[in-house]
Amino acid sequence: MEVIFILIGISLLLAIGFLFLFIRAMRKGQYDDTYTPSVRILFDKAKDNKSNKDKPSTKTK
Amino acid sequence: MEDIKDEHIVLCFHCGEKCQEDALIFDQREFCCHGCKLVYEVLQENGLSSYYAYGENPGTKAPIGDQATNRFDYLQEPEVIQQLVDFQNDIETHITFSVPAIHCASCIWLLENLHQLNENIVSGRVDFIKKEANIKFHHQQLSLSEVVRLLTKIGYEPAINLSNLEADKSKSSIDKRLVYQLAIAGFCFGNMMFFSLPEYFSEVSLLEENFRGLFNYLNLFLALPVVFYAASDYYRSAWFSLKNGRVNMDVPIVIGIVALFLYSLFEVLFTAGSGYFDSLGGLLFFLLLGKYYQQKTFETLSFDRDYKAYFPLAITRISGQIEEVVSLPKLEVGDTIKVRKGELIPADSLLIDGEAQIDYSFVTGEEIPVPVNRGQVIYAGGRQQSGPILLNVQKSPSQGYLTNLWNHDSFKKKKKYGLGSLADALSGKFTLVVLLTAFGTLAYWSFWDISMAVRAFTSVLIVACPCALALSTPFTLGNTLRVFGRMGFYLKNSRVVEDLAKVDTYVFDKTGTLTDPATAKVSFVGIGLTEELKAAIKGMVQYSIHPLSIRINSWLGQVKPAYVEGLEEYPGRGIEAIYCSGIIRMGSAKWLGLGEVHTADNGNRVYLSVEGEVYGYFHIQSSLRKGVVKVIDDLKSYGSIHLLSGDHDHERSNLVKAMGAEVIMNFNQGPTDKLQYLKKLNDQGKQTLMVGDGLNDAGALQEGLVGVAVSDQVTHFSPASDAIMNASILGDLPNMIGLAKDSKRVIISSFVISFFYNLLGVTLAVQGMISPVVCAIIMPLSSISVVLFTTLAVNYFAMKRGLKKNWTWK
Repeated sequence: MEVIFILIGISLLLAIGFLFLFIRAMRKGQYDDTYTPSVRILFDKAKDNKSNKDKPSTKTK
Repeated sequence: MEDIKDEHIVLCFHCGEKCQEDALIFDQREFCCHGCKLVYEVLQENGLSSYYAYGENPGTKAPIGDQATNRFDYLQEPEVIQQLVDFQNDIETHITFSVPAIHCASCIWLLENLHQLNENIVSGRVDFIKKEANIKFHHQQLSLSEVVRLLTKIGYEPAINLSNLEADKSKSSIDKRLVYQLAIAGFCFGNMMFFSLPEYFSEVSLLEENFRGLFNYLNLFLALPVVFYAASDYYRSAWFSLKNGRVNMDVPIVIGIVALFLYSLFEVLFTAGSGYFDSLGGLLFFLLLGKYYQQKTFETLSFDRDYKAYFPLAITRISGQIEEVVSLPKLEVGDTIKVRKGELIPADSLLIDGEAQIDYSFVTGEEIPVPVNRGQVIYAGGRQQSGPILLNVQKSPSQGYLTNLWNHDSFKKKKKYGLGSLADALSGKFTLVVLLTAFGTLAYWSFWDISMAVRAFTSVLIVACPCALALSTPFTLGNTLRVFGRMGFYLKNSRVVEDLAKVDTYVFDKTGTLTDPATAKVSFVGIGLTEELKAAIKGMVQYSIHPLSIRINSWLGQVKPAYVEGLEEYPGRGIEAIYCSGIIRMGSAKWLGLGEVHTADNGNRVYLSVEGEVYGYFHIQSSLRKGVVKVIDDLKSYGSIHLLSGDHDHERSNLVKAMGAEVIMNFNQGPTDKLQYLKKLNDQGKQTLMVGDGLNDAGALQEGLVGVAVSDQVTHFSPASDAIMNASILGDLPNMIGLAKDSKRVIISSFVISFFYNLLGVTLAVQGMISPVVCAIIMPLSSISVVLFTTLAVNYFAMKRGLKKNWTWK
């Protein structure tokens, strides 16, 4: 049963890790704008404009 | 009559507006004007044509012509630059512009690919919700004014105004702090529940003794950040209120936190008990969650705008022969200034030269331009609608007829919020009762058993902790705020809901608030308006952007326009065209040779003449908004209703007929009169709600207990106020006030619930009968039940009043 002590320690450390990651993301401004990135990800790369015409488009509309 | 859809309509490739017959064809695409074509060309040349791939006709109609090329020259002044930029080093400048034109994916794409237009722009970054663009550029090769000019050229003119210069950019850091505190409290609470859950079943004794000890110490360790970081704002608030000799809600909360923490600390360290750290964590987590809920504001709206937010940053001054662009604060009385078409008048001035057509829609809500004669005063806040004019400044921008309002006392003192919120008012008594009970218990038990006395004393403090009391207000008001927000009624903060529930006197501004400039009553008075003539008139008015033309056009409805020749618009006078070799003129009486006509009613008249013979006139009068009469009727049961109008009183009889005689009407009210009127009502002890729209209502909005600004475009224009309402939902105002009153009832009900919890808990605690397990379970349960009750109750009332359609939780 002693292994539970280690597991508790690990679970707590993991949780602290997630908390740290959240605070870091917050600090870097990842939550400042929650809309624009969802549009931005759909843009094609500027340089690929011409070659993209041959490929099937991934856009739905 | 033919259906309008059968007509072949050519839409501009750039902006999507209807093209006139002579659409410009370029690159096999149609454009409505040179401005749009120009933007297209610029984008095409720079390989940015995929702009048109992301949205359908993404552009905005580009105005062209009258804009002066030097109007951004003030952006070269070092002190202006200094105040606008976010960051600047030897090479790069970072600046954030507010760009109202941002409206679709294409806009984001283009503004983030600016570096392809000009190599000295490093990058652009758009925040779509805030309609902001952050631009980084090399300022040695490219000046700020050139950047702004580039943005303007492609149709994204940034809105730069005086308040940008004075704005402090440190606003958002406070809100972030709450998020950190919430995250930490949530994290600690979650993990504490892990370690505490076995304790709830301790009678079954699943745990070995050494686990128990470890769990208790882990809980203690997790409680430290909660007590010393997450709760720190409560200590501060409680301390401030005590220092000012008052007891607010945070005082009993702090007493509860301290009692819980110290008692639990004692148990864990000395008696090997488990303490109430889980309850402590849960309490703080829910408290902060409620606070977050309540503070969730509408970031994109600005509630504190004064005249500086609308006035231009700079103005063209004429000294001798030279035109120079100076920033507005440098403008002095006696200066001669030049105002071009579409520009705002920055200060009360005399008209020296040029044709003035002033649109006072910012000020009064009435958008039909007023002609001003040479030598007359033009008030600040008006917008010039025809060619350039020369003005002589009479008063400094901050001292004008309108802006004088902001120097009034009611703008200087911070609004005092009644006697605080309901919860704050109760908390003083609550704290007193709890402390008396606790000390009474201590005194009683100390005759028999000292250790029992201490235990009972702390139990009372812990059990009577006002968690439910403190949670009910933020969750109820937060929910109400969200229901309103989804409707299009945005409140500055949750306090406004409580104030709204208190209101018993309703004051409305008439023009632009109760009347809708867009729905006008048009009638033709005269003879000879044949179908053929109607068709010709339709042909004339359909391309004019003058508000009166637009109204006549919509009154004519689906009359098929006839083709007219030589269409010409004379600003301030009217329009003229040739149809079947006869000259048709529509416009002012003076222009048609009738001289000055004095009318008894206050509608606008557009006279019509064919070949010099006057046929009659169109009478155009703005009518009441849809649903206004019902709103007034419904509100009569809630309190008295007052009407303030800047107009003369010739409409009185009509309004009385429509609204009933109980409505108290006041005419000829200037901005200061409106303010004084509200002040008078307040002095009589009335709780006032002011509903207005223009800058001329700004004083009254500020003076009223609650000021609601009505606007057709909530993100565009509204004077400083407590709430901004989308004009289309004005009809729901009585329901919303009803909901505000409901939420007050919900708060009181949850106080009753929490009172019973406390009564039960304290009764057991004073007798020393409470077992740690029961206590640990009851406490979080009471918090959760209050949160659930308030949320469900508010949503239920919102649905009952038709303000909410279904049970969605978003």
